[in-house]
Amino acid sequence: MAEKTDIRKVLFNPFSKNNPVVVQILGICSILAVTVKLEPAIVMGLSVIAVLAFSNVIISLIRKTIPNSVRIIVQLVVVAGLVIIVSELLKAYAYDVSVQLSVFVGLIITNCILMGRLEAFAMANRPWPSFLDGIGNGVGYTIILVIVAFFRELLGSGTLLGYRVVPQAVYDAGYVNNGLMILPPAALLVVACIIWVHRSYNKDLQED
Amino acid sequence: MENLNIFIRSIFVDNMVFAYFLGMCSFLAVSKNVKTAFGLGVAVTFMLVITLPINYLLNTYVLQPGALGWLGAEYADVDLSFLSLILFIAVIASMTQLVEMAVERFSPSLYASLGIFLPLIAVNCAILGGSLFMQQRGFGSVWTATCAGAGWGLGWLMAITAVAAIRERVASYSKVPRPLRGVGITFIITALMGIAFMSFLGIKL
Repeated sequence: MAEKTDIRKVLFNPFSKNNPVVVQILGICSILAVTVKLEPAIVMGLSVIAVLAFSNVIISLIRKTIPNSVRIIVQLVVVAGLVIIVSELLKAYAYDVSVQLSVFVGLIITNCILMGRLEAFAMANRPWPSFLDGIGNGVGYTIILVIVAFFRELLGSGTLLGYRVVPQAVYDAGYVNNGLMILPPAALLVVACIIWVHRSYNKDLQED
Repeated sequence: MENLNIFIRSIFVDNMVFAYFLGMCSFLAVSKNVKTAFGLGVAVTFMLVITLPINYLLNTYVLQPGALGWLGAEYADVDLSFLSLILFIAVIASMTQLVEMAVERFSPSLYASLGIFLPLIAVNCAILGGSLFMQQRGFGSVWTATCAGAGWGLGWLMAITAVAAIRERVASYSKVPRPLRGVGITFIITALMGIAFMSFLGIKL
């Protein structure tokens, strides 16, 4: 019974209480780069969930055989292999999106969430909890990615998933898209606002 | 002269943090005080200066289309560029492991304060990003690549030290709303500095 609640914690904590982005502060670079539009953000999130879950399982399976001094290289080779598989799959089944994402699929390798979770969790836990940890953190990352992309696309281009949502009449009345939202610093500001709201509700996370 | 230009450009115009927003994770987490931030900045600069020339040589003599020509005529049309990501990351990871061992041996206090972020230098996007930019721009020689690496590293060092100094001040002198304290306000500081650094974008050297 105790193990059961434990596993539930492993899966659901990263959604909010221990969110990889706003609490652990991992994976910020890709948040800035791929959130100008909503669609690539969603695809990116799904790719990260897949890579994170499977790399966690693989590393957890071989964790006892990895010598400590070369563990970084082993981890990166596993991750790089998985990322190449994901990138080939995207090219085969979702070509348009893979063109949009271009180098950022490759940059999943250097997404700090992966290394962070491998170092902090998969190296010390059994495969099944590691798999759930990967799914949980991937979903937590995707939630933030989608929120940021939602606001940036809505305010920066007036569209959502490529469809125009701000009616023409509003533009005629003098409304202008906020050009700042398309620039990378805007993503930082949006994440800062998310942190603000998140920590107002989770008082134990506030720093002095 | 060209090398000097690239060096200066890499520090200010192409600043890794404020222009490309690379290497943010360790940037945000380790910028709590100037001393640790400076230590990490030096480590990152060191990594960039070492890995960029190595990856440049790899790219020129192994990876580029036709780069294997020196092995003989039958290798002249081999294109290994799809391997560049995995080779670059392997070089960076092995160098990181070396640096980690060196820091652990010579400066245990820095080792303890960097914590998980020392292994994370390997996945610091600024370093892989440096190698990818190098490949993309087709630098003329090893020296140019080294200068660019030094510039990017120093730019990153400057950025993290500046933000750490501001954070130290903010922490002791200003009344930040409680939920924003720590990480939240750092995001905002970085965003504002990023907007300020955009003014360098138009400069041609």
